[in-house]
Amino acid sequence: MRIFQNTNIPFVGIRYYAYALSAILLLAGIVGLAVNGLNWSIDFTSGVAAKVNLKPVEASVPPLKIDKLRSILKSNGFPEAEIQFVGDEENASFMIKIKSKTSSSDVSSDTKGQILDIIQANLPEYVKGKDISRDVIEEIYEVGPKVGGELRTAAKLAVFVSLILMIVYIWFRFELTFGLMAILALFHDVFIILGIFAITGKEITVQIIAALLTIVGYSINDTIVIFDRIREDLKIHRKEPIPEVFNRSINQTLSRTTITAGTTLFTALALYFFGGSVLHDFAFAMCLGIFFGTYSSVFVASNLVIDINSITHKEKKTLQHLTKRK
Amino acid sequence: MKKFSWRGLSIVIFICVTAFYLAPLAIPNLPEWWAKNKLKLGLDLRGGMQILLEVDTSELSVADARGAVDQNIKIIRERIDQFGVAEPSIQKLGDKRIMVQLPGVSNFEAAEKLIKQTAMLEFKLVTPPEDSKRVLDQIDLNITNNLSFFPALAELDKKDKVILGRDSLKADSVATGTGIFSSLVRPGEVDFEIQYSDVRLVQELLADSMFLQAVPMGYQVALEKADAETARSDRNLLVLSTAVELSGSDLAKAKVEYGSATSTDPRIANKPYVSIEMKREGARKFERVTADNVGKRLAIVLDGVVYSAPNIQERIAGGRAQITGKFTSTEANELSIVLNTGNLVAPIKPISTSIIGATLGSDSIQSGSMAGVIGLVAVVVFMLFYYKLAGFIADFVLVFNIGFILAILTAFGATLTLPGIAGIILTIGMAVDANVLIYERIREELDSGKTPRSAVDAGYKRAVVTVWDANLTTLIAAAVLYYFGSGPIRGFAVTLAIGIVGSMFCAIVFVRSILETFVITATSKKLSI
Repeated sequence: MRIFQNTNIPFVGIRYYAYALSAILLLAGIVGLAVNGLNWSIDFTSGVAAKVNLKPVEASVPPLKIDKLRSILKSNGFPEAEIQFVGDEENASFMIKIKSKTSSSDVSSDTKGQILDIIQANLPEYVKGKDISRDVIEEIYEVGPKVGGELRTAAKLAVFVSLILMIVYIWFRFELTFGLMAILALFHDVFIILGIFAITGKEITVQIIAALLTIVGYSINDTIVIFDRIREDLKIHRKEPIPEVFNRSINQTLSRTTITAGTTLFTALALYFFGGSVLHDFAFAMCLGIFFGTYSSVFVASNLVIDINSITHKEKKTLQHLTKRK
Repeated sequence: MKKFSWRGLSIVIFICVTAFYLAPLAIPNLPEWWAKNKLKLGLDLRGGMQILLEVDTSELSVADARGAVDQNIKIIRERIDQFGVAEPSIQKLGDKRIMVQLPGVSNFEAAEKLIKQTAMLEFKLVTPPEDSKRVLDQIDLNITNNLSFFPALAELDKKDKVILGRDSLKADSVATGTGIFSSLVRPGEVDFEIQYSDVRLVQELLADSMFLQAVPMGYQVALEKADAETARSDRNLLVLSTAVELSGSDLAKAKVEYGSATSTDPRIANKPYVSIEMKREGARKFERVTADNVGKRLAIVLDGVVYSAPNIQERIAGGRAQITGKFTSTEANELSIVLNTGNLVAPIKPISTSIIGATLGSDSIQSGSMAGVIGLVAVVVFMLFYYKLAGFIADFVLVFNIGFILAILTAFGATLTLPGIAGIILTIGMAVDANVLIYERIREELDSGKTPRSAVDAGYKRAVVTVWDANLTTLIAAAVLYYFGSGPIRGFAVTLAIGIVGSMFCAIVFVRSILETFVITATSKKLSI
């Protein structure tokens, strides 16, 4: 069985439509970022996130309403607390988040103790018969302002440094234009995903940063496979116009691109649907990344090289100089 | 293998390493040196507590500051050992941060308090033997009445009853009493003794607020410091009066001294001890205490642990005293430092804390494995369907690749975290990429009319360059992630990197060997791909 055998899809010909689509997506992302901003998790802002289970032991006690918990925390000095159900409402798992608003220490290191005390004092029927440490607390994260700030810097630096290193690598292996365009395509992927996170209001956690970096690695991987083929084909078909060589290379690698995107996307989907609550957003970012990463590798990166080349090398009509070193 | 080849050797090594490190997971009763190389689960999968502490060295000189962090680590380690945590990890991060990981701890409030507290030196009177016995009986009574609050003891009680029923005489002769708590205690030469195997249980009890409520008012139960040389020996248990006769703030200074070999006092002869000098107020208190309690014992208690409990022979004026005990010279030195500074050398502050419940951890493992199995099955079936025999070989090798990731994690002593599991699952999807690249290329070569043998050769020759280029960039991302990340994210980066290296090896060397050895010969006309 084979898919995409001997295809001749005019990827290069329809590149302006692809650019337009990308521009729309990027614009939407930028508007989302400008209007909503990124919802940094407490890993970065500092604060407390506590997941507690308040399912009553006795069946006669009615399930706890989220509004009740909210109003109790509000009247006890935490009006800024964000509360959500985690998983099914039936399980009565609540995520309580209290973010520091400023970089100075808003949330003291006793906050988690205070929250537990408030719950124990005001909702005794929901913790009765349970061991607080074992049955009520599912997880608690408490991040001081210093760590939060540092982590944010480190995350930005990590994305930035990896992009630079990749430019250098591709520059070394191919040519600067290829490197720059590959990175432009990566920025495109990362921006669109960040935009989607901004629009949907999903949190940027440390795990999302890890997902973004994996996407960076994955997407560049895809792009390089196509570039490699282009480099090879340029050597073989020296006389042909560049757009045709590029188009043939993209078509030749299309089945590989699709299969790899498919298997990886499938495992990411398995994580999304079966991987549990903790990995849910991570898997979501991965799915988006694989989708847009593949799209940009096929429709954006190599097409950009053609356009940049035609601008900068007007006199020479071919990219043959790229292959001279080989 | 007909002839020696580097490729064959590398595959043998690959399989042996994988088998060696995975065996402890699958086979019980391996010899200890082997079994101890077992894959450890990260805190996010086991449940437990992690605290990142920062040492405030702003008021110390540069030289002192450097020592202060190490000193604090030692003190924290000592305290955690007393708390009774299995496999704690205490690491220095950067210049002045300490990462403490306590797997399996559920009483996190007590653990946090223990770590943050300042060292407390107290002098307390030891309760006379007959009163001590009474206190233990009272504790027994209180525990028996509230047995449901002490699950560990309740279990022990059940076991004891079985033994007692069979051989009550023997059990009685060893233990001090038949009560639940006092059955753990047996009379020693001077003090009560706790058998080494029960020490951890007693430590946990002493840290448990429910147990403290079971101790009668005015009394306190404390363990004596472990003997550094025979750390696995039994420990003494003392009953003290809670009244603090003297505290660390009464101390002027402490220093280490060595008793001369000819000394008549066996407690200091040829041994290090700490001599302390008290402030004027302290000296007065000390004189009064010793005068009032001649013949009794005065315990020197640091952080709730009795360092020594000498007899008061006579009234001591002048405010000088010696702390003798089972010290090594290093320990005596550390003790004197702690006493001199009154607490941790420099204050520490928790700057981030994570607590992960055990349930969440096991849920995560379950759903993570579920996602992994589903992803794996889908990829395996697809490869089989799409590439037939060659796909089967890729699948076969993929299983080795996953084993290899786990084995190398074990070999590095790394821990498997939840993002690590995610990394492995993604690797399943990405690992076949190298195979796909190569197989697609071989198909193209076959289409152009080459024989299977030369198609495989040409396909590999061309695709391998691409495989290298493509994977090195992902490796760059993994390296950056490792460098900037921490904790679970590092775990993710490590698994990703191992996965990349493993899958490249599998595709370029392992699969090719199988293809060339078993599938195609020089004369074969067809290749199932």
